[in-house]
Amino acid sequence: MSSTASTQTGQNAQRLTLVEAIQDGLYTEMSQDDSVVVLGEDVGKNGGVFRATDQLYEEFGEDRVIDTPLAEAGIIGASIGLAQTGMKPVPEMQFMGFMYPAFDQIVSHAARLRSRSQGQYSVPMVIRAPYGGGIRAPEHHSESKEAFFVHEPGLKVVSPSTPYDAKGLLAASIHDPDPVIFLEPKLIYRAFREDVPTKPYEVSLSEAAVRREGSDISVYTWGAMTRPALIAAENLSQSHGIEVEVIDLRTLSPLDVATITDSFKKTGRAAIVHEAPKTGGLGAEIATTIQEEALVHQEAPIKRIAGFDAPMPLHSLEDYYLPQAVRIQDGIRETVDF
Amino acid sequence: MNMKNEAGSKDVPAAVREDSDLVQVLDAEGNVLPQASVPDISDRQLLELYETIKFARHFDQRAISFQRQGRLATYAPMTGQEGSQVATSLALAEQDWLFPTYREHAAKYAHGMDLASLFEPLRGYREGYAIPDDVNVMPEYIPIATQVPQAMGMAWGHKLQGKTDTAVLCHLGDGATSEGDFHEGLNFAGVFDVPAVFVCNNNQWAISVPRERQTASETIAEKAQAYGIDGVRVDGLDPLAVYKVASAALEKARNPGPGELRPTLIESVQYRFGAHTTADDPSVYRDESEEEAWRDRDPVDRIETYLYNEGILDSDLESEIQDSIEQEVSEAIETAEQTETSPDNIVEHVYEDVPARLEEQRDELNRLREKYDDGAFSEVLE
Ligand SMILES: Cc1ncc(C[n+]2csc(CCOP(=O)(O)OP(=O)(O)O)c2C)c(N)n1
Repeated sequence: MSSTASTQTGQNAQRLTLVEAIQDGLYTEMSQDDSVVVLGEDVGKNGGVFRATDQLYEEFGEDRVIDTPLAEAGIIGASIGLAQTGMKPVPEMQFMGFMYPAFDQIVSHAARLRSRSQGQYSVPMVIRAPYGGGIRAPEHHSESKEAFFVHEPGLKVVSPSTPYDAKGLLAASIHDPDPVIFLEPKLIYRAFREDVPTKPYEVSLSEAAVRREGSDISVYTWGAMTRPALIAAENLSQSHGIEVEVIDLRTLSPLDVATITDSFKKTGRAAIVHEAPKTGGLGAEIATTIQEEALVHQEAPIKRIAGFDAPMPLHSLEDYYLPQAVRIQDGIRETVDF
Repeated sequence: MNMKNEAGSKDVPAAVREDSDLVQVLDAEGNVLPQASVPDISDRQLLELYETIKFARHFDQRAISFQRQGRLATYAPMTGQEGSQVATSLALAEQDWLFPTYREHAAKYAHGMDLASLFEPLRGYREGYAIPDDVNVMPEYIPIATQVPQAMGMAWGHKLQGKTDTAVLCHLGDGATSEGDFHEGLNFAGVFDVPAVFVCNNNQWAISVPRERQTASETIAEKAQAYGIDGVRVDGLDPLAVYKVASAALEKARNPGPGELRPTLIESVQYRFGAHTTADDPSVYRDESEEEAWRDRDPVDRIETYLYNEGILDSDLESEIQDSIEQEVSEAIETAEQTETSPDNIVEHVYEDVPARLEEQRDELNRLREKYDDGAFSEVLE
């Protein structure tokens, strides 16, 4: 991508990939607010291993785009401290699979400094992390463990599935007064382009998106799995006349319960698609929420189409691990035909 | 055993030049330095050291080209680091244990791992991670520095059980010294005086971040002092010096003399000549001239010159060795390319017995594979 600075003039929108939209979002927010700083491993001169911070170092200098030592606990602990001085840190965790050293700082402190100080202190920061499988990466590079963070009160958890949303959700996350875990589906970092406004805008952290309307079943998903879910919905519409409503959650915590249950009340059937292991995954939470809120509308068992309760295999088998369109279609048909 | 090097000479990389405590045996060309003592090993062992280093260089070049042909996924090259990897492994006794990182292909091979199995994970087959019972190597560590406290723990376990003939050698990078695990592991090692040798392969870079951004201390070896263990700094592109330092440290771990400490942190000063991985482009963050200065100290050339000088190697033997290396690597990749797996493998070895729920998940997948064909699963997800 050319320097964002030069593309700011002229058109109102540019066709960006998801990772370019994130870069553009960081550029936009950093231009508007001097307190926003980016820090992490290889984010500076190298522009990030996925180029999400490309050109930012050249544009904003080494005090705002900071290459840190290789230390996740240090990066997050330092960010919590930086936030206490009025700065807005946007730390990058290079891969979700390498966030665990920082887990203690995130869950014991970032998530609860507000409650521990009875509202006196807070930790406005956005922790960005590429996540998920499908890119033939080595071991530990394909983790999808959003449930760890969803389970922790005090954190917001976000995962965009389109370039437009990526920029808007990132802006909303940076403006948010609480710590946000911003999970980037790296499988679709460069999969497609979309018009992304050059001007600043927000996509709310409290609304799921209805990506496709349908009357027969609601499919709940997020991140990279939104695409195979939409493909499955199209295929089923054409082959079997089954009309699938596809809901992209966008914000995984807090959940947009109203959109989830409204859709279910309309369709009476649900499938949840995620690439994380099935047991204890977010699918379980969504299914239970539906049962609590809308049991009387239910016409079939709720189906989870998920990763295995096993570590992500190396790439020769990852296509079997991740929910593919055929698995999603099959699950949907089973539920509709119940 | 410390040697003064030719301080101040031109074209010697700063990281090597600045430290007068750097252990060296060979000069940049491969001639034995005045006052240096050559390790006391047989000609046969010297040839083995040479052959294995040459093998590592060839393996690396082939792996990079296989990756470019799409026959391997992301690969972490080791050119420039082979001398240190091989010398540390050949210093191990058979019963000693090795904790490798994702870059220690040659170290693993030299301590007994089968060659084809090094290629298999790079082709996406977890089968290649299987380690034979008679090989004391842990699976490669990808999350940075996590191996350090574990290596310490294994060394501790041996000590607690009176197995004093067994040492543990743990590799790590300069970037790894920034992680908490590094500090916790070394601190325990000192407190419990365990038979472990930690080798920091200081290749000057952690992806794009230079050594000076990892630590403000002048050397990595000096960190040992803070944990009450021994620290040694060695020229990592000098295989004889590395062999000497590693053997001494391993021997001390197994049989400390009166008042001697078992653990050692070795800073092996070297350079990553190529990219961090095949997905990385070093021209974005570093200057080519830096690499050139280090290239002049290439470990392959240095050991080769030394062996020629000693009359241990001649050109006939050299080409014979090269030919057999090329054949061995070609055969190994062919073997690796014949590896087969099954989606059932996803659920294997997660627990000793596959739990019922995981069995259900496998059966469900197999039902779908039968109903649709396998091609339906290989559709690109994007
Ligand atoms: C905990 C953790 N954080 C981040 C990464 C991503 N990563 C892989 S290699 C690397 C740099 C490692 O540098 P160093 O320790 O010097 O070893 P080298 O690769 O140079 O051999 C990083 C940041 C990782 N693997 N693990």
